[in-house]
Amino acid sequence: MYIDPHVHMVSRTTDDYQRMALAGCVAITEPAFWAGYDRSSPQGFHDYFSVLTETEPKRAAQYGIAHHTWLCINPKEAEDPVFAREVLEIIPEFLKCESVLGIGEIGLNKNSRNELEIFEAHLQLAADHDQMVLVHTPHLEDKRKGTRLIMDAIKNHGVLDPNRVLIDHVEEHTVREVLDRGYWAGLTLYPDTKCTPQRAADIFEMHGTDRLWINSAGDWGPSDPLAVPKCRDEMRRRGHLEATIRKVSFDNPLEFLSQTGKFRTDVQPTR
Amino acid sequence: MPSSPPPLPLSRSAVVDRYFLEHRAKVLDLAAFLDRVDRANPDAVGSKEDFRLTSLRGAIALLLDGEPERAKRILDLMSDPSTEPIAAAPMKGATGAWDGFKPASARDGENG
Repeated sequence: MYIDPHVHMVSRTTDDYQRMALAGCVAITEPAFWAGYDRSSPQGFHDYFSVLTETEPKRAAQYGIAHHTWLCINPKEAEDPVFAREVLEIIPEFLKCESVLGIGEIGLNKNSRNELEIFEAHLQLAADHDQMVLVHTPHLEDKRKGTRLIMDAIKNHGVLDPNRVLIDHVEEHTVREVLDRGYWAGLTLYPDTKCTPQRAADIFEMHGTDRLWINSAGDWGPSDPLAVPKCRDEMRRRGHLEATIRKVSFDNPLEFLSQTGKFRTDVQPTR
Repeated sequence: MPSSPPPLPLSRSAVVDRYFLEHRAKVLDLAAFLDRVDRANPDAVGSKEDFRLTSLRGAIALLLDGEPERAKRILDLMSDPSTEPIAAAPMKGATGAWDGFKPASARDGENG
């Protein structure tokens, strides 16, 4: 039994829900993200948020998977602050939905001033509505700088409790600093550009398993919605205790996400 | 109270037995990639080495220095070291390497 706390099922087929269920997935959370193209209007985001809060929970429930979501305008579409703020205005109406866990995945992409301005606006939105936060950190050469800018911005904002913020896509060069500053951290198991199951297991052996989770971030690009069970298998092959494997793939996400008061793992298959 | 990291339960020989072939293949892929670059026609404009290759050669040097935390240090080497936000995002993607990286030999004699 496992939780995939970051996966973009809107980009995946129903077959993937079935495969994940067969592999033991009982719950997922799906952050709002960049669809691979820029949406042309705030209404496009309204439609997207409706899919995340209405369509995907039903699709997941067919296979006994509890579906939850996080809402935002992602940093890749934050370079136009006027447009981004129009999207932010429509988010509050969705926050009351039972499957919405908070604001995410917000963060930075290229570490620009406009991205940072909209990131800070999201932090204020989260604070105004007492929401938890899921943070995206930049890719590749931009990650270390962006991760530090993000943590500094949260600290300077001064309202959000780091224990209610998860900073995702950490790797070997960012994980220690994120944990030391009191945040939860996510390891994304992603071919080529993030972390392999083997490296994730290495990171647990070097940095421990407290406040860490693993996720697939499966989406429309090269990615693997079964990455979490594959990491569990890697840890099992190395001889790690079942309790350790369960901690990073079930207990930790359950502990963090249960702070929302909305997270559940008990959906019965509806099909 | 924080829990201790779970130690790697495998012996050194078990690690080598389990992962050697996978990484033998990866080092051959890397060698073949560098050979492919050398065999390719030179670009029409400019002869300066691509910054991504310069960065990769720096990373390979780190593999052989015998020091720990190679993965972290390679990621650090390929990271943008600046600390201030940039004026505007020039693109959505990332290249995988910081375009200002210089190998240690090229940094010798620099001020600051």
